[in-house]
Amino acid sequence: MTATSSLAQTPAPGTPMLEAVDVAKTFQVSQGFMRGKKPLHAVNGVSLTVRQGEVLGLVGESGCGKTTLARMLLGLLDTTSGAIRIGGQPIAGLKRRDVARLVQPVFQDPYSSLNPRKSIGTIISLPLRVQGDGDEASWRKRVEEIMEMVGLARRLYDNYPSQLSGGQRQRVAIARALINKPRIVICDEPTSALDVSVQSQILNLLQELRRELGLTYLLISHNLAVVEHMADRVAVMYLGRIVEEASTATLFDTPRHPYTQALLKSVLTPEPGLGIPDTHLGAAYPNPLQMPPGCRFHPRCAQRLSQCDKIEPHPLRQADGFVECHLYQEPQT
Amino acid sequence: MSERILTVEDLRVSLPVPSGTLHAVQGISFHVDRGETVCIVGESGCGKSLTALSIMDLLPKRAQRTATRLELAGQPLTGVSERAMSDIRGNRMAMIFQEPMTSLNPAYTIGNQLEEAMLRHKRVGRRQARDRAIHLLERVGITAADQRLRQYPHQLSGGLRQRIMIAMALMCGPDLIIADEPTTALDVTIQAQILHLLAELQRELHMGLVLITHDLGIVARIATRVVVMYAGEVVESGPAEQIFNAPSHPYTRGLLECIPIPGRTERGGKLGTITGMVPSLVGHIQGCHFADRCPHVIDACRAGAVPLTEGARPEHHVRCIRSSELPTVLPNAAGANA
Repeated sequence: MTATSSLAQTPAPGTPMLEAVDVAKTFQVSQGFMRGKKPLHAVNGVSLTVRQGEVLGLVGESGCGKTTLARMLLGLLDTTSGAIRIGGQPIAGLKRRDVARLVQPVFQDPYSSLNPRKSIGTIISLPLRVQGDGDEASWRKRVEEIMEMVGLARRLYDNYPSQLSGGQRQRVAIARALINKPRIVICDEPTSALDVSVQSQILNLLQELRRELGLTYLLISHNLAVVEHMADRVAVMYLGRIVEEASTATLFDTPRHPYTQALLKSVLTPEPGLGIPDTHLGAAYPNPLQMPPGCRFHPRCAQRLSQCDKIEPHPLRQADGFVECHLYQEPQT
Repeated sequence: MSERILTVEDLRVSLPVPSGTLHAVQGISFHVDRGETVCIVGESGCGKSLTALSIMDLLPKRAQRTATRLELAGQPLTGVSERAMSDIRGNRMAMIFQEPMTSLNPAYTIGNQLEEAMLRHKRVGRRQARDRAIHLLERVGITAADQRLRQYPHQLSGGLRQRIMIAMALMCGPDLIIADEPTTALDVTIQAQILHLLAELQRELHMGLVLITHDLGIVARIATRVVVMYAGEVVESGPAEQIFNAPSHPYTRGLLECIPIPGRTERGGKLGTITGMVPSLVGHIQGCHFADRCPHVIDACRAGAVPLTEGARPEHHVRCIRSSELPTVLPNAAGANA
């Protein structure tokens, strides 16, 4: 229990809680019957740190590796190389159960992430059972407390997921994630499947819980308006790399990487008269099995330089983050 | 005077369910002129998709549809035989669905599926149909079009499939396109591209476009006019700038307060919410459908059916007896509804 005892108290704000150090994940993808396998570099040298009390937003298109990264951070998937540390300790030395005590997920679709044959009370108390929490008599009380905290009526204890609305189901998923008092919650598209009026309730709830319980969030979303609203810092991922990271204000006010600029441009804010923007991104998201040489973004980049298809850019420190782009690097001599 | 492409008057759709009759669409009216984009916006279950399907006459068999008028360019769509309807569908009006993977047939090539509608509706040979398919694939931004024709849907990405759906809808040069959440399954960058393309084609080909979505950002950017639906009814309709800059119905205002708007919403602040749940549409609702969730409700709201009345401007309609008393300030999520 060294893992949890060292985090018995809420760490000081700013303490690194979840760290990825040069993490990579390579899948071997079959090319078809009797054909060889090809490596797919889903995550390719990612380093990021989520600090106590903050919300780190992770954005990027589908297939960029955000979910693979999340699964490695949850300890659900081994890394091919690199290290993951939770509360300063290497994940490799922790048991699955200890990882689950510290990091919990909330997934996108509350329709498929809850077992339809278990009652709400059973679903929320499952982590207690898994962690071998001996004090069974207190379970019901603790479940009811957490239900109240996430805004679920106690009378729903014996109901089944099918009797609940989408918003209520997502509250169940949040209650289940929080019952063991984790330090870090990885929210993977927590509101994408919900109506806007329900989305705002869940976002408000996540903010309240963070303040009350001193939680740390990694928020994965393709909805940039939601990320801008929730996150303190934002990391932009493209084809397995983080290409830019900065504080929310810096990233949204002065995006540096051409990909970040294109992403922000494609956000449709409800302002009539502005029309649909032209993002100037080529249509095709590249096949990750055929990674472009040089900068992986160069085939879609409107500001490409002559070296972009030859030399891979490296992260360049900025005021409050970094950017990985030749535009900001000293020309090579 | 612009040409009227679609007229919908008092459209009603009901479905039998185990507990009675579900009144999914309860008398909605709107129209689309040539060259116009009308957005129908609302949350799940408000009846927006059934409205689309009932215009196309693609409702489930058990559903009942009635309308005092339902016309495509002056030609009635009610009381038409299935045969006559299938001459119109895919020919003079076409539909684009949310998930292109499920609306494309996995067993046929892209080429086959593109050509099919044209061979069915127009007196053309395979050669001509193929030429038009290639022309349209290029128009919707697909490279190596002749090779794509030989591919199957599963070989293409979601964005490409949706481009193909758009090309397919355009094959016969329709007067009207109905797009039901056409970009919901796509990434934001692809979404912007697809909508950009759709808006461009709509202008270029001078069609009518009905776009059904839950995304207010899309609506604001693409709509000429907006129809806001709630619980089977139109609660507000009007020009886009009216709906977004001076929304009059408490539901429209509530929706706009729920979404974080960069520059307007305080980062990390509390977002507005609409409390409660959508009422059941099985049986009859006395009075305003939104009454139980409305922050401005008074007894009179529940007294009887609330009519859609003329709003602040021509073409602006609101279904609320208190809309004129509500403050005219713009919705501002920060604190306005805390």
